[in-house]
Amino acid sequence: MVDTSVNIGSLQLKNPVMVASGTFGYGNECLDLVDVSKLGAVITKSLTLKPRDGNPPMRIVETTGGMLNSIGLANVGIQKFILEKLPELKRLNTTMIVNIAGSTIEEYEELLKILEEHDGIAGYEINVSCPNVKEGGLAFGTRCDTTSEITRRVRTLTKKTLIVKLTPNVTRISEFAQAVEAEGADAVSVMNTLVGIAVDVKSQKPKLSTITGGLSGPAIKPVALAKVYEVYKNVKIPIIGLGGIMNWSDAVEFMLVGATAIQVGTANFIDPSVGIKIADGIQKYCEERRISRVIDLKGAMKL
Amino acid sequence: MFHLNSAVVGLKKLHNSIYCLTIRAPLIKKSVLPGQFVNLQVSKDNSPLLRRPFSIYNVCNEDILILFNVVGNGTELLSEMRVNQSIDLIGPLGNSFNITDEFETALLVGGGMGVASLPLLNAALRQRNIPVVTFVGAKNKDYLILDYLHDVNIATDDGSKGFSGNVVSLVDEYLKNNKVPNPKIFSCGPPKMLESITLLAEKYNIHCEVSVESVMACGMGICQGCPVERKGTTNKYSLVCKDGPVFDSGTLKYLNHG
Repeated sequence: MVDTSVNIGSLQLKNPVMVASGTFGYGNECLDLVDVSKLGAVITKSLTLKPRDGNPPMRIVETTGGMLNSIGLANVGIQKFILEKLPELKRLNTTMIVNIAGSTIEEYEELLKILEEHDGIAGYEINVSCPNVKEGGLAFGTRCDTTSEITRRVRTLTKKTLIVKLTPNVTRISEFAQAVEAEGADAVSVMNTLVGIAVDVKSQKPKLSTITGGLSGPAIKPVALAKVYEVYKNVKIPIIGLGGIMNWSDAVEFMLVGATAIQVGTANFIDPSVGIKIADGIQKYCEERRISRVIDLKGAMKL
Repeated sequence: MFHLNSAVVGLKKLHNSIYCLTIRAPLIKKSVLPGQFVNLQVSKDNSPLLRRPFSIYNVCNEDILILFNVVGNGTELLSEMRVNQSIDLIGPLGNSFNITDEFETALLVGGGMGVASLPLLNAALRQRNIPVVTFVGAKNKDYLILDYLHDVNIATDDGSKGFSGNVVSLVDEYLKNNKVPNPKIFSCGPPKMLESITLLAEKYNIHCEVSVESVMACGMGICQGCPVERKGTTNKYSLVCKDGPVFDSGTLKYLNHG
């Protein structure tokens, strides 16, 4: 019997597979199709203090082996989330991690204070890396000092597991990982989307309303693997690897280069139950290779 | 909503680049409402990556029918499907046309591949003994799809068959020349056509529902990738996949996504 559990901060997950923020709604949309209790954790879409309409169409475009998105953090806002979504999410028998995004440093604090008053939340993922909003987002995530400052301030407000989601759109992502580790983050999610553009040559216009968007999907997997590997060599806290994971084999690659756990993102759009299939696949891989603990895959790449 | 690994039962080339695909899907067949769609995985090797949404064109025995025109690599792959080949699909998705409110005559207006959402609607209306008049438009006679419809008036852009001009002008002519008792318009087609049918409905003060097309990723309200701007609603945007694809035409701020 393989031990599939992994630890992220004080949190023990039943398996290393989470669904990435923004690719699984608030967590209760696909209950017809997915038994979410079989996932390691569900990470909600990014929540903001005020509701956000999101960006105008077009918000998504498919590119070779991937997709560009510019959703713009469309969400119901924290109050409505707590009133209308959280009660049902509590009943799902899964580990809920709430992702938050602020347009100022104070908003991150405010969001965390509000959420701390409610039970049923296992931890937080701090989004400092959304490429598709005007204020906050990448403006924070590409500056090491603000990323540190946000982490420092939210750390003082909670004892729960605190994960910071990093952007690859910087010169050295490991410097950011080291900075948030120094401020007490329990883990880092590596990585958010890569900034990209697609142009319609017929109209000569950008395909997305915001011109740039975030590239995800299998096209970015080799980049994400390299970022996880770089971070792994430079920090001690767990790394949650994501970027183009489509199946168990992709997930194992991330663990081999240093990830403790993984997130499935874009693949959920194609198969909402892919996370469960990946968790099963990782377990089977370990069984076949007589690896007794899934965590033993972490950093086990043979050089 | 079901996620099924089904089988292709038939693929028929209608004409030119237009095909009708038949998929064994009894669960979807049993529960589908007029106007709903399925999200098909056209490739298992991420090329293309995302599913492709298609109106459920009709049902037959245990099967659902999908109408499509080959326009890109996704539909190209669909056109190469073989009988018994497996196909992964999620559906039925989206809302449906409302045929229970007060009207006496249904005017069905389809443009191009938009006719794909009309046959199930036609059948549901006829079952309720509601008179149906249909208007179908295409760029020329080779692109007309007229199966499973009732009392069809034809328009072609080049005049190669029926009325010469767009289908909305044909509806306009019809309304000018006929006394239609308490009509309601149901329409599906390209954005520009839906925009003009919306204006026409306003001109004649007729209740009008339109089925909107959009690029989608998930098809079930998760990715938030298919917004359409509304007016007179609490939220600025609605999602075509979940809140639609059918909307009251008067509540759409603009239909042209471009």
